[in-house]
Amino acid sequence: MTNLLAPPFLYLIAALICPFLSSRWRALLLLGVPVFGLMIMLAYPVGDHVVWSVVGFDLTFMRVDRLSTLFGIIFSIAALLSGLYAWHVRDTVQQVATLAYAGAAIGGVFAGDLISLFLWWEGTAVASVFLIWARRTPASTATGMRYLLVQVLSGVLLLAGLLMHYHDTGSIAFEHLGLVSPGTFLIFLSFGIKCAFPLLHNWLADAYPAATLTGTVVLSAFTTKMAVYALARGYAGTEVLIYIGALMTLFPIFLALVEDDLQRVLAYSLNSQLGFMVVGVGIGSELSINGSAAHAFCSVLYQGLLFMSVGAVVYRTGTSRASQLGGLYRTMPVTMLCCLVGAASISAVPLFSGFVSKSLILDASGYNGNYVVWLALLVASVGVLVHTTIKVPYLTFFAKDSGKRPAEAPIHMRLAMILTASLCVIIGVFPGLLYSLLPYSVDYHPYTFDHVLVQLQLLLFALLAFVVLKKLGLYPRMVQSTSLDTDVIYRKWLPDRLPAVTQWVVNLNACARQMALGWLGTGYGMVERLTRPGAPLARGWSVASMMFVVIVLMCAVLVLNLL
Amino acid sequence: MIDQFPALQIMVPLVAAPICVMIRNPRWSWVCAMVASTLAFLISIILLQQVMANGVIRYAVGGWAAPSGIEYYIDAMNAAVLVLVSGISAVVLVYAYRSVAKSVPAEKHYLFYTAWLMCVCGLLGIVITGDAFNVFVFLEISSLSMYTLISFGQDRRALTASFRYLVLGSVGASFILIGIGFLYAATGTLNMTDLAARIPDSESQRAVLVAFSFLTMGVLIKSAVFPLHAWLPNAYTFAPVAVTAFLAGTATKVSLYVLLRFFFSVFGKDYSFGQHLLNGVLLPAAVAGFVLMSLVAIFQNDLRRMLAYSSVAQVGYIVAGFSLATQSGLTAGIVHVVNHGMVKASLFMAVGCILYRVGHVHTPSLDNLMKRMPFTCVAFIISGMGLIGVPLTVGFVSKFTLIEASLEKGWWAIAALVLLSSLMAIVYVGRVIEIMVFRRSRETGPESSGMCEAPLSMLVPLYVLVGVSLYFGINGSATLEVAGRAASFLLGGLQ
Repeated sequence: MTNLLAPPFLYLIAALICPFLSSRWRALLLLGVPVFGLMIMLAYPVGDHVVWSVVGFDLTFMRVDRLSTLFGIIFSIAALLSGLYAWHVRDTVQQVATLAYAGAAIGGVFAGDLISLFLWWEGTAVASVFLIWARRTPASTATGMRYLLVQVLSGVLLLAGLLMHYHDTGSIAFEHLGLVSPGTFLIFLSFGIKCAFPLLHNWLADAYPAATLTGTVVLSAFTTKMAVYALARGYAGTEVLIYIGALMTLFPIFLALVEDDLQRVLAYSLNSQLGFMVVGVGIGSELSINGSAAHAFCSVLYQGLLFMSVGAVVYRTGTSRASQLGGLYRTMPVTMLCCLVGAASISAVPLFSGFVSKSLILDASGYNGNYVVWLALLVASVGVLVHTTIKVPYLTFFAKDSGKRPAEAPIHMRLAMILTASLCVIIGVFPGLLYSLLPYSVDYHPYTFDHVLVQLQLLLFALLAFVVLKKLGLYPRMVQSTSLDTDVIYRKWLPDRLPAVTQWVVNLNACARQMALGWLGTGYGMVERLTRPGAPLARGWSVASMMFVVIVLMCAVLVLNLL
Repeated sequence: MIDQFPALQIMVPLVAAPICVMIRNPRWSWVCAMVASTLAFLISIILLQQVMANGVIRYAVGGWAAPSGIEYYIDAMNAAVLVLVSGISAVVLVYAYRSVAKSVPAEKHYLFYTAWLMCVCGLLGIVITGDAFNVFVFLEISSLSMYTLISFGQDRRALTASFRYLVLGSVGASFILIGIGFLYAATGTLNMTDLAARIPDSESQRAVLVAFSFLTMGVLIKSAVFPLHAWLPNAYTFAPVAVTAFLAGTATKVSLYVLLRFFFSVFGKDYSFGQHLLNGVLLPAAVAGFVLMSLVAIFQNDLRRMLAYSSVAQVGYIVAGFSLATQSGLTAGIVHVVNHGMVKASLFMAVGCILYRVGHVHTPSLDNLMKRMPFTCVAFIISGMGLIGVPLTVGFVSKFTLIEASLEKGWWAIAALVLLSSLMAIVYVGRVIEIMVFRRSRETGPESSGMCEAPLSMLVPLYVLVGVSLYFGINGSATLEVAGRAASFLLGGLQ
């Protein structure tokens, strides 16, 4: 019984009873379960718990150590804050999906073996897609389908990989795997999809803006961070991750810079932030793993905060297009402030949360001698500054007045944003609180002279660049447009060419069929001529011809035998 | 008493035959034949039990010891064939009473049953004897009575069919006789055990080789192996259907038994398969047989003819199994001898039921027969599935064993061709079933829609045979065990 109170199952049970409650109780459940779940989670001592033996495999559902607990804590906090933010939502589907999704993600980080990891992995895919479908528009249905396809593909790869891995090693334990065999390579690819590696990233920018307002906030917290956790657990120190991560931090910059839809901008910057974590995992030193974990922790908060503030704007104005927004600071001051806190955090302004976690990763890469990577991360930091820190608040709340005078965000949204913003500031001011939770014990001080100086320099120069570009009119003007990402290949180009290909296949099929039928007809004719009643093989042979056969065969036998 | 059973096995039908002639009354001569056949069946079962329990039975006829006198030699192999022959004879005789009453003039009935008993006697004799020349004698007895039985057919074409069979059968028999003569010349003995011992040491190996060739050819003609099968389709088509059912179940099977006995027990496996004859002639002939004859069967419009060609194809399976010359291949062949005997006999019995009521067996005109003769049709369908080799039928047991055996030997092509011809069997059996069950009747007159099932005395034996074959299909290990024992006897040589 107590096993069923393990946090992942607690969430699932809550999701099951959720549809039978009244709307007010459902909203309360969304707040209560994360708090209760967090308490239970922290009560578990370090070690393997809730081990169930299923068809000869020992499935470990609660592998508690510092790494999984850290992610469990931040997931619980994210579930609580998004629950508060979504207080106004009366849609049962979204509420059930949120609970199940959070439960599956928490289950994923506590999974001690690959099979239960796979179960939760698919669980997050299936649960989260309802947050997209809940928008109930044809576009969101299509997007949800694409999202589900990619997520299930990731799950299938994980399954295939774990089967091969099990065949190779005879173990299903989810420990350090490393890129050593085809099986582990498949698992790596599966993690890579969920972690939105470059070229595997399209689902992220496609799906997050398409979800419901509150759904976007929920989505931004779990799937990708679970993948970072899985990478940190299984592939820490895999060198290729450093380069993948560096690339990840860089290439969304340009896409984000020209993008008009602010939710997509945030999705790209989320992708870029994931890059920092992946670099940290790739370096694999204690410092860098700490950095990745801390950065995941902080990024859940500030990314959520940014999505929340843009979501609040959308809630009041109905659009997230930068070209249609501007000058909202007059009527939405709290939202504006929270957005600024989020923006400051993401760009690692000292005294905000991003600073204390990003410094870890930057230092880790510097210590490691990876100066190219270190430089790439610096460039990416500048990029984040320009496309998120400055762009999102500036274009939404300042810039030219759009004439819109929306009301301030509802009280529960404000409350959720203020809470998140305070967490960002608290972590920024008292980094020790976060550091005490990290997987490895740290003796690290982010507020050294050079850290602060470098960061402020970056900040000021980025600001300068922005101002100069703006003055010279070189900054890309926000127009209502669709910017091309690599997913244009499978969303536009291939479908455009599909009819021709289909026609070709149809023609080929018809041609082959005709040819085969021709041959078949000829063959059938020959067979029939030989075997129909009265034909040579099927008529009653005369005595003479029977004897002839006997004699021929006898001769053959005698010759064969006597030779 | 029980020691004399081997002799009684032959004597009972042999003595009953002249009694039949003396009775002359149709009904009582049938009773006489029935009693004799049943007795023979019981004796053969007891013999089989004894063999399975105590091993080989050797019986010196007239008390003359083996090498000079005639010896009856019974092991698992021929005990099983004895049961098959006498069992099918008994079952089909029950069925024959009504069937023959309709197709053969009453004043000839006693002759019919006499010929039947002689035929049974001859077939049992071929199987039971351990003496090469005795095989020829019994072969002639059975063949002559078979020609007679076939000529009882209603259709005048039965006479030409019978005559053709007579010519070819005589050629086959004389080949066998020549072969036996050469063997005697080469070794100076006719007893099979003795032959087996002396052949390797014989000074005139060339004579042995000639004997081997002639014997093989003769037996192949009698067992209707393609392309020496041409006597069979007409004979099966035009003979009285009860005779066809009996012959299809027994006659070719007994010839195949002779083939086995000579190949494996007398000449020995190494000798027989050391020759080019078997690898070069027998296997290709068997394979061509089951492929081509299945094809031919697809196109036949006369149900009896279709089944006749299918019989030639099945003989091909059996011979292919023998040609593998391995334990499992032989087991497959022997199992198929028994299984196909049961299946084909029951199919022809079902055809006889149709013939009895409908008056013809022209396949395309049998539409909607399921409505009128449901029991017959169901029996036909079940047996037809056995012919195809659907799981849980006997056909599956033997085809599966055959495929397994050829894969074991690495002859993938053979296995593939067996499957291919099974597909053809689906076509030719399925076509009939489709017409019987699913095709709507063209004329919807009142007389064609009513039930007119065959009489019980025909249906009961039909269902007995169907039931037995279903039992052996589900409990495949029963027949496989006997056949496996027989195969190891054969590969081990005579003891």
